[in-house]
Amino acid sequence: MHVYLPIAEISMNILVLLGLGAGVGMMSGIFGVGGGFLMTPLLIFLGVPAPVAVGTEANQIVASSVSGALAHFRRRNVDLKMGLVLLIGGLIGSTFGVSLFKFLSQLGQIDVVIRLAYVVFLGIIGALMAYESVKSIWRTRKPGAGRHKLHEHRWFHGLPFKMRFRRSKLYISALLPLAVGALVGLLAALMGVGGGFIMVPAMIYVLGMPTSVVIGTSLFQIVFVTANVTFLQAYQNQTVDLLLGLFLIVGGVVGAQVGTRLGAKLPGERMRFLLAAMVIGVCGKMLVDLVAVPDDVFSLALVGGH
Amino acid sequence: MKRLLSALVLALAAAPPAAAEQPLVADLSEHLVRITMGFEGAELLLFGAVEGDGHVVVLVHGPLETLTVRRKARTAGIWMNRDEMTFEDVPAFYQVMATAQPGAWLPDAVRERHQIGVAHLELPPARDPRRAIDPAAAEAFRDALIRRKQELGHYGAAVGSVKMLSARLFRSDVAFPTNVPTGRYTVEVLLVRDGEVISAQSTPLQVSKIGVLAEIFDFAHNYAALYGLFAIVFAVLAGLGANAAFRKV
Repeated sequence: MHVYLPIAEISMNILVLLGLGAGVGMMSGIFGVGGGFLMTPLLIFLGVPAPVAVGTEANQIVASSVSGALAHFRRRNVDLKMGLVLLIGGLIGSTFGVSLFKFLSQLGQIDVVIRLAYVVFLGIIGALMAYESVKSIWRTRKPGAGRHKLHEHRWFHGLPFKMRFRRSKLYISALLPLAVGALVGLLAALMGVGGGFIMVPAMIYVLGMPTSVVIGTSLFQIVFVTANVTFLQAYQNQTVDLLLGLFLIVGGVVGAQVGTRLGAKLPGERMRFLLAAMVIGVCGKMLVDLVAVPDDVFSLALVGGH
Repeated sequence: MKRLLSALVLALAAAPPAAAEQPLVADLSEHLVRITMGFEGAELLLFGAVEGDGHVVVLVHGPLETLTVRRKARTAGIWMNRDEMTFEDVPAFYQVMATAQPGAWLPDAVRERHQIGVAHLELPPARDPRRAIDPAAAEAFRDALIRRKQELGHYGAAVGSVKMLSARLFRSDVAFPTNVPTGRYTVEVLLVRDGEVISAQSTPLQVSKIGVLAEIFDFAHNYAALYGLFAIVFAVLAGLGANAAFRKV
């Protein structure tokens, strides 16, 4: 059964779309990640134009993260002040990102920039995750090993505009979360991701936030940043496909519920290693696309369209 | 379609002698290709009659668009777009069908004048190109445009067939793939006799999104800000709704 998508202007199998939503939703339920880093490349691979994939995926992430954000908010796991500073950065970064996306599309360089961003950021995060999970699997076998310092003083702790974040028990420069937010916002707009996979490690290792508020605060700002990307992609570029979004959202919310239940039963350390393998897999695919000799060095682009 | 055809046969048989003086009559079974939600391509029937012998050539021209052709080159180990060339007034869709494969009966001058075959398609380079391209490279870009369009199914890779049903009647199936560009098309029918086009007729054809699809598309383009807000509200409600529904299960 096929459905013609009004904005992507291609015909796709409904079952493939629902399955894609469910599959990625399940992953995100199991691993507690948004899944944008899987969904956007898969959509592009299936023939959805890159701008439509990015714009529509932002819309889907709004749906998939809003209930989680609300749940964490009710349980008071959100550092609102930190969230707002991150959000201001995120709005600036994503607004700039959407314009940059359009500019790069016109230059014909958007595909290469998207792939480079995936290779660099998934590569770094995947390698870190693999290292951490191998280390912790190793540690559970050899008990009693390794403890590290709780807080290290680095150069960025000397920056001006210090601000107190009570919920996170931090007194740091506001420029720091602002910059983290802006970078993640930029990536959200360019890569069609929520950016949690960068936001979470950045909050823990760069900002030094306690893990109890990290997930909630990250989800809080992802909802608003992806909503901003959705709005701007729709407003400036008309690249949000409601019908595509509908199928992905329906598949996604069901898959996420199943995944959450499944994830609770699976061993955490090995799960994290699996996630790392997946992140590195996507990164590898993008790298191959960049360096392998293309089937056809020529490509067509409609001027004034997407 | 069968009924339509037999109706046509009857109509032509009963036609008054005056109509017989017209050497070529042709029409499409429909003048609108509707792209609906379940669209999986379309096929129209082109039918007509000729007076006397000769070959029938059918040309399907899509709306004109501006296309940029880009060529990747390896830069620091990475394949990225380097050179580009923009073409204006490129038909978004182009198909040729004929009662016989082009041969001596179709002189080059006629092919040139009527743009029969991709080799004779007019693909004018943009008047104000950002970067100048030397003629040899321009040829490669033109070839690439045609090749990629053929891979998309927008340009016919070969000359399709027009069947003669009798000495006078002909028919042809005009196929449109699922990714057919929307807009105003022209279907041109030519009668070639003794190396000359002795009669020509052109019929308009519209390819449009219809119904819910058209409404979503118009909403996205005419009320872009509202559409963006709607998309967000929809996503928020869907996310919260699904969560509430599953909590009860």
